Amino acid sequence: MRYLPKSPADREAMLKAIGLRSVDELFAPIPAKYRLNRDLNIPRQMAESEIVDFFRQRSRENGDGYTSFLGAGAYFHYRPVVIDSLISRGEFLTAYTPYQAEISQGTLQSIFEFQTMICELTGMEVANASMYDGSTAAAEAVMMAVRLTGRRSVVVARSLHPEYREVLATYATHQGMPLAIAGFADDGRLNLKELEQTITPQTACVLVQSPNFFGTIEDVNAIADLAHKHGAMLVVSIAEAVSLGIVEPPRPADVIAMEAQSFGVPLGFGGPYCGVIATREKYVRQMPGRLVGQTTDKQGKRGFVLTLATREQHIRREKATSNICTNQALVALMVNIFMTVYGKVGLKELAKQNLAKTAYAAAQFAKHGKVMFGGTPRFNEFVVQTSEDPYAINSRLLGHKMVGGLPLKKFYPELGNAALWCCTELTTRSAIDTAVGLVAESERSVRSAKEEVEEVAR
Amino acid sequence: MKHITRKATRHVNQNEGLIFEKSSAGKAAWKLPPLDVPEIDTTKLLGASERKDLGSMPEVSEIEIIRHFTRLSTWNYAIDLGMYPLGSCTMKYNPRVNEAVARVEGIANGHPYQPEKISQGALRIMKTLSEALIEITGMDAITLQPAAGAHGEMTGLLMVRAYHQAQGNARKKILIPDSAHGTNPATAAMVNYAVEHLKSDARGTVDIAALQAQMNEDVAALMLTNPNTLGVFEQDIHKIAEILHAKGGLLYMDGANMNALVGKARPGDFGVDVMHLNLHKTFSTPHGGGGPGSGPVAIKKALEPFLPTPVVTTKSDGTLAFDYNRPQSVGRVRAFYGNFGMFVRALAYIQANGPDGLRQTTEDAVLNANYIRKGLEGVYDLPYSTPTMHEVVFSDKVQAKKGVRTMDIAKRLIDYGFHPYTTAFPLIVPGALMIEPTESESKEEMDLFIEAMKSIAEEVEEDPQTVLDAPHSTRVSRLDETAAARKPVLRWKPSA
Repeated sequence: MRYLPKSPADREAMLKAIGLRSVDELFAPIPAKYRLNRDLNIPRQMAESEIVDFFRQRSRENGDGYTSFLGAGAYFHYRPVVIDSLISRGEFLTAYTPYQAEISQGTLQSIFEFQTMICELTGMEVANASMYDGSTAAAEAVMMAVRLTGRRSVVVARSLHPEYREVLATYATHQGMPLAIAGFADDGRLNLKELEQTITPQTACVLVQSPNFFGTIEDVNAIADLAHKHGAMLVVSIAEAVSLGIVEPPRPADVIAMEAQSFGVPLGFGGPYCGVIATREKYVRQMPGRLVGQTTDKQGKRGFVLTLATREQHIRREKATSNICTNQALVALMVNIFMTVYGKVGLKELAKQNLAKTAYAAAQFAKHGKVMFGGTPRFNEFVVQTSEDPYAINSRLLGHKMVGGLPLKKFYPELGNAALWCCTELTTRSAIDTAVGLVAESERSVRSAKEEVEEVAR
Repeated sequence: MKHITRKATRHVNQNEGLIFEKSSAGKAAWKLPPLDVPEIDTTKLLGASERKDLGSMPEVSEIEIIRHFTRLSTWNYAIDLGMYPLGSCTMKYNPRVNEAVARVEGIANGHPYQPEKISQGALRIMKTLSEALIEITGMDAITLQPAAGAHGEMTGLLMVRAYHQAQGNARKKILIPDSAHGTNPATAAMVNYAVEHLKSDARGTVDIAALQAQMNEDVAALMLTNPNTLGVFEQDIHKIAEILHAKGGLLYMDGANMNALVGKARPGDFGVDVMHLNLHKTFSTPHGGGGPGSGPVAIKKALEPFLPTPVVTTKSDGTLAFDYNRPQSVGRVRAFYGNFGMFVRALAYIQANGPDGLRQTTEDAVLNANYIRKGLEGVYDLPYSTPTMHEVVFSDKVQAKKGVRTMDIAKRLIDYGFHPYTTAFPLIVPGALMIEPTESESKEEMDLFIEAMKSIAEEVEEDPQTVLDAPHSTRVSRLDETAAARKPVLRWKPSA
């Protein structure tokens, strides 16, 4: 086996040194009846070239070469080449959690820079080293608010990513955290009246997403005022990190739970991604996840260590703030490099391109169909309502090697034939024009079919 | 330094400040293509939501970024540099073909919501991996959704709870041996189960009499690591399972130490009902400085209705699909389908090994741990003489007499060119040195390790201060962790 660095002679010599005759003796502690005396029934050993062929084949069956208008919590942005060059360095790729600080300064300093940039972009004072993803970060942020307020119930915006809501529901079930839903208004934003009616003296926090699932930007100030007036905290989920380049961050939030996938992380069919929690300094001791802090060594030289570990499971066990141990460190490094590449000016320009493409696309769609929530500021997603079932439209688009917007009826049956479309800096004008043309064709044919029916009726 | 190290030599490495300290206005490492749609008026589009300033985000050039991160990387130890014997963490070689195939276009850029018709490749990868893991564990069904081991534990206990609930009583507590990983009790708390500790016997394994006494209808499950954190196989595993099952309880296995069993024994065969795997340990996906992980949970038939949604199924036409219609499911534990990129890597690893390679891997991992045990027995105290599987736990009992503790020995090991073992865990061994070499180490590398450990033991006798002040060869010496926690500095700030 090519990964194993031993010759048969080495194995013999080692067995002899231990004082054993055969390797079977090493497995004597396993009762005989539980020892597996056959080959595992799995594919035979493959050559590297065969493995590569296998996955190339799977790749061809997996939408390779399609132009996509999908977003909804997973965004297709350009990934600068240096990201993979740098994260492929074995010293980053094949290191463990930096518990031994003296030989982990590379990882530790990079996390410290990551924390700094996340704070800078979110307007928060502290950020952790990463969570699994945006959905679990949101659930953990809510649990943090429950601990901080001593209250248990949670108000969740219906305009929060539906799968994030499902994850929160799973986490909340056994922790005695009742969830109440606040709907969205005609402008696609959280219905503030409904929110006010839903908040009670037991509300620990209000959880909203901005830009929300429909791409519209929530009135975070108004939501924060309402939450704070009732002694509840505001947790804001950010699923599209690139928005932070041009959209004011939710500064009045108490906790921000973010998905940073947009910052240089491949779509990868949904993971691994990079969740992050950011908050105010005064709440840091209730924050889950690893944290890196600056300190000095015996000679007074600057260095970095994992800190405030007394919040964590390996110290506090059942009293820890969370059970999280392994996080998404390497993915956070991708995010870190991406933020460094684009930086202060690039992130803004990148976000502006997303905004421009989306504004163009929404305007084009509006000429032929109905773009919902049109008057509200949005970032790079918008909802198109069609006469025809969006699944039918999408299967026609597939014929043109295009993946249309995400039909919303699965998550929001009340929105009928609505679909969520997304444009990024990688979406070309010609792709937009083609997609708009196909949707326009569908609208025309529905209209003329209707006219035909009407004509026949006349 | 009196004792010389044969493995490592000091060499120059570059100093490097924080990226913010290199930033200055006008430098850039990016270039966007010309906009092919009309320019926009951001203020008109966004109104009050428009962001004006990005604070102190850096402005640097591409070469500076390459040098910055390359320099930082050289300050890390890594498996690629040498033995990384962290017990319980299974720091094995991370094959490069795994990385190559994870980056193939259609795999790297697949959108989680793209139509199933054009997701057959990803679904096939998930199905093939699931089948292999089910066979390896001897279980009946699996979910790949959990993002890491602890997340898998939570998912597993959610299913345990749902199973008991369906029988009419969710039960109240989880039994956890005193040798367990910290994630076990932390997870039980997250699923709202009380934790009851179970003491180990003189062999370091579950005390059967204690288990018998503590087991009753309030106990939902026992969370057992097998081999346990001492690297010892629970020989009475069938008895343990019987005791639990007799009172309707379930046996949960923490699969952190599965590297001792793959191809040699299957948890499903010895009475385990639920278990999680760590793809980043046993199945070679990289630890990457702390993650990402992946923590699939394998279960017996009785728990199948409770799997998180969605589940991959085969349709009548032979194509694959996601099944969301599972009324008894515990729900979702993560958005989308889990850390898919890790599934790709784990499957590539299984394919590279095949049944014979996996068996040989396990045999080598156990051989290596026993070789180290033999090499260091008598030099370091071995608190439990029970046979060793994939890792061996010594204690600092002998060295502590000179005031040298496990962490000091660990720090000195750095000077000898090795990453330390796991210190002070498991908690049942005071001053533990927990050593897991994995199968990835050659005889030569382990001989150097044994030599280094012996040399340090001599230093403890002759010159304990050298060990107490270690490491001596790193760019920073021991860091002030107390100060870091007392006045936390968790981000860089521009100087006023």
